[in-house]
Amino acid sequence: MALYSEKVMDHFRNPRNLGRIENADAVGEAGNAKCGDIMTIYLKIADGDNGKKTIEDVKFETFGCGSAIASSSMATELIKGKSIDDALNLSNKAVAEALDGLPAYKMHCSVLAEEAIKAAVKDYYDKNNIAYDADLFRESTCAHCSE
Amino acid sequence: MIYADNAATTKLSSHALKEMMPFLTDIYGNPSSLYSFGQEAKEHLEDARARIAKILNAEPNEIYFTSGGSESDNQAILSAAVWGSRKGKNHIITTAFEHHAVLHTLKKLEKQGYTVTYLDVHSNGIVTPEQVAEAITENTALVTIMTANNEIGTIQPIAEIGQVCRDKGVWFHTDAVQAVGHIPVDVKAQHIDMLSLSAHKFHGPRGVGVLYARKGVVLSNLIEGGAQERGKRAGTENLAGIVGMTVALEDAVCNMSSNSESIVKLRNRLIDGLSRIEHSALNGDAVQRLPGNVSFCFEGIEGESLLLLLDDKGICASSGSACTSGSLDPSHVLLAIGRVHDVAHGSLRLTITEENTEDEVDYIIKSVEEVVSYLRRISPVWRDLQNGKRSFIL
Repeated sequence: MALYSEKVMDHFRNPRNLGRIENADAVGEAGNAKCGDIMTIYLKIADGDNGKKTIEDVKFETFGCGSAIASSSMATELIKGKSIDDALNLSNKAVAEALDGLPAYKMHCSVLAEEAIKAAVKDYYDKNNIAYDADLFRESTCAHCSE
Repeated sequence: MIYADNAATTKLSSHALKEMMPFLTDIYGNPSSLYSFGQEAKEHLEDARARIAKILNAEPNEIYFTSGGSESDNQAILSAAVWGSRKGKNHIITTAFEHHAVLHTLKKLEKQGYTVTYLDVHSNGIVTPEQVAEAITENTALVTIMTANNEIGTIQPIAEIGQVCRDKGVWFHTDAVQAVGHIPVDVKAQHIDMLSLSAHKFHGPRGVGVLYARKGVVLSNLIEGGAQERGKRAGTENLAGIVGMTVALEDAVCNMSSNSESIVKLRNRLIDGLSRIEHSALNGDAVQRLPGNVSFCFEGIEGESLLLLLDDKGICASSGSACTSGSLDPSHVLLAIGRVHDVAHGSLRLTITEENTEDEVDYIIKSVEEVVSYLRRISPVWRDLQNGKRSFIL
């Protein structure tokens, strides 16, 4: 049995939306080098046809294991072209499910993807003085990282 | 496929397999049976015991066959603990970077009230006899220090440590699983009281090993039952495995000097090649290390993705990153030699044998260069190192 699903390996080997956006409208980061994974999400945001703020382009950079890279790739695919509200609603479970599952001890990687996207949206709100409910962006609680 | 993970396990030698076959087919008598068919098996068992004893410079009745290195480590340490409690001694000395078969056994003893001293192994991965001498107290029941480290390959001054222990009358156990068959081991010259070895680390079969216990060392049983192994390890003997181990060990020792010469050459070529990758570092002493061990840290990347991409290129290797261990912490060995978490996550272990070639080594170097450079290109840690937001450690 392989460690990862075919889908995880596909996104790990051929990551979608890999790279950086120069002059991104928002940047979010999650993770910690001490714990072995960090993700950065770059967003280009524009007004969509429906009047909603829409993610026109998204890129990522990831330091981490196979499932961290695959989770970043899948998460960017899931939010590309969507509104930032949709992006905020993306759960780590949805990322893991879209990858046909992750081993239990790797679910952490999908959580990082969710957090990095949230951090990017928060960055967008902050930069544009948009009011928001702070509860949406609670700091993650990793006992290990906060040592 | 290029197999460069020989510290994990090795390929069974065809010679060992050939010699094992009769014991998997025709010679199936139980060595404990009294009829001649059983006694025939018994003769082979005792012949193997004598041959292994000769290689280690031990006596045949000091050789106990076990299921492998972990069992031998467990039995050696627990035996010393039982003996120690009888004498009112409850202190054990070890190093911070032992194999988990040793460390987890010691953790269990700590819960039962034993005190364990974990000696520092320094940045070169080597403990000194002076440290051992200083740590020994009148309560010390055992010193257990590995002959060679499984991750970074560093070789400990076993003869000198053995001398210190002998002088102070403290039992000395060494986990020699990575060493036997690769570097000379002599239980008398090195003053070793107990030693663990495992067949599958030198082209023998899996599931079989040896606990050497010097005459006078009192063993306690892990497995109760029949009177096999002089009553110290019950269970019908794995005769095919024992014979395979014996043959593989004889071959390994017989070819040791010529093999190690060529392996060291390959190893140094690999180390030189990987050292050319910027912001990388060899783990452990460059000289006092196993012939086939290469261990590196590469800054800005994570080891599991490195292994997966090397696997795509047909290379089998290993890493001490947290993600490969299923825990959040990287290898305790790398932390013990002072590598910080950020760097320890980016580790790579390549362990080669005489069967690897120069072409393979060159292909490994080229592949590691490519993969490290790709993973750095997509790494936010590397980006921050480049733009000065983070400082280089290596």
